[in-house]
Amino acid sequence: MSIIECKNISMSYDGVAVFDNLSFTVNSGDYLCIVGENGSGKSTLMKGLLGLKPVTGGEIIYSDGLKKNEIGYLPQQSGAQRDFPASVYEVVLSGRLNKRGLLPFYSHADRQAALGNMERLGILELKNRCYKELSGGQQQRVLLARALCATSKLLILDEPVTGLDPLASSEMYRLISALNKESSITIIMVSHDIVAAVDHADHILHLSNNEDFFGTTEDYTHSELGSRFLYHNCHCDGCEAHAAFHHDQSHIHSYLKSNGGGRE
Amino acid sequence: MNEIIEMLSFSFMQRALIVGIPVALCAALLGVSLVLKRYAMIGDGLSHVGFGALAIASAFGWTPLWVAVPVVVIAAFLLLRLSENSKIKGDSAIAIISSAALAIGVVIATVGNGMNTDLNSYLFGSILAASPQDVVMSLCLSAVVLAVFVLFYSKIFAVTFDEGFAKATGVNSGAYNMLIALLTALTIVIGMRIMGTLLISSLIIFPALTSMRLCKTYKSVIICSAVVSVLCFIVGIFTSYFLETPTGATIVIVNLIAFLCFALISKIKGWMFTHERG
Repeated sequence: MSIIECKNISMSYDGVAVFDNLSFTVNSGDYLCIVGENGSGKSTLMKGLLGLKPVTGGEIIYSDGLKKNEIGYLPQQSGAQRDFPASVYEVVLSGRLNKRGLLPFYSHADRQAALGNMERLGILELKNRCYKELSGGQQQRVLLARALCATSKLLILDEPVTGLDPLASSEMYRLISALNKESSITIIMVSHDIVAAVDHADHILHLSNNEDFFGTTEDYTHSELGSRFLYHNCHCDGCEAHAAFHHDQSHIHSYLKSNGGGRE
Repeated sequence: MNEIIEMLSFSFMQRALIVGIPVALCAALLGVSLVLKRYAMIGDGLSHVGFGALAIASAFGWTPLWVAVPVVVIAAFLLLRLSENSKIKGDSAIAIISSAALAIGVVIATVGNGMNTDLNSYLFGSILAASPQDVVMSLCLSAVVLAVFVLFYSKIFAVTFDEGFAKATGVNSGAYNMLIALLTALTIVIGMRIMGTLLISSLIIFPALTSMRLCKTYKSVIICSAVVSVLCFIVGIFTSYFLETPTGATIVIVNLIAFLCFALISKIKGWMFTHERG
């Protein structure tokens, strides 16, 4: 069952088009990784999905009765937050705000949900600690717990392991996979770590300036775009052909010749 | 003791305290959000706009607060818009607007009535500034600011901590930013007469910064800055009465001393922590 369907969407950043005619579908329970080089429009696309930026063409359809207040979001941290005086509990609880409407105070159920999500991510003992004094990995878990307070359906994660050490980032990937498999939460993650993306996600959307890829991870590893970034031991006809193409440097020589360059 | 009772028997002192304490409280509550959102200078800009409005009002013989409240509220919306999306960066926009408003105010005040003492009391505040009708209006406005702040406490926290998250999960963060700006505008207009145009923004910035030296959670920062602000205000106004110093400036100096004390304690605590660990 599709949860988000993007039909021929185009978006721009500061008036410059970053991608156009992009179509893909996210089904309930999927784990989609959006990868691509800097400037390929990953973050812009994510802001579009979150409704923070308008699309300039096409449409994004939220099906399955997905309301705006049922999306959980893990943003990249800003500098201001790093020295913000707030306890872990205060931060996690603020994720329940979108369930409150105009009601002024948090209910017992909100507090229980916040505590439950902290326990789920193993940060219950940090409850009264100051957010800014935590390590990077702990801070990400706090923000993930907050995102879980906002949703039980869809999590959108923006570069969740940036700045984490290898141990903390593999732990973060493990937590996200567990949420996807055990709690059937749909995951959309923006990342530039293609290798980790292929390891964990079941669908890949690769944004590249002139050729985009959308499909399952399996198809991606055999695609030409995927094979540029992944080392693997597959010897199927397709992969062999891609490898031969990548090793063939004749187009470079002909380019250099036609431009009068080269070292001859 | 007798001196304090004598001091409190003056009606101008009673009015100054009745107007000032709620203002100090409101300013401290809003100040935490403004400082954390990097909007601290908006308070400064608004007070200068308020000065311009007061000067125009008194030149034409209008009731000062009736003119200043709408003008400053409109200016607050404009400043917020400017700092969010414009070619001119927020800090320069605030500098332009505040100095322009100050200049207009000074020219109008001198041309209008040529009374320099009046101008002086606008710029640096006066303990005598609160008139009986100001007291009623100030109390009403402060009550509104306090009530709205308490009712929207959790929203203000969310929008201050992470606007992007709030927006993405369906909270109308733009509206809450406007709310914060509106409450700030009201607080500044009420407090301006006692504290003075040039010094009112310290009432917003100092208590928040002071309590952030020591407090680690949002709630404790809010409560601590409210207490610090009210205490500094009372101590400052008593000191200014006994030493016959300008009210606004004295309150700022008391705030500065409180800030330095808190910073020192925080340093000592940090030193002891590292020392214990070896």
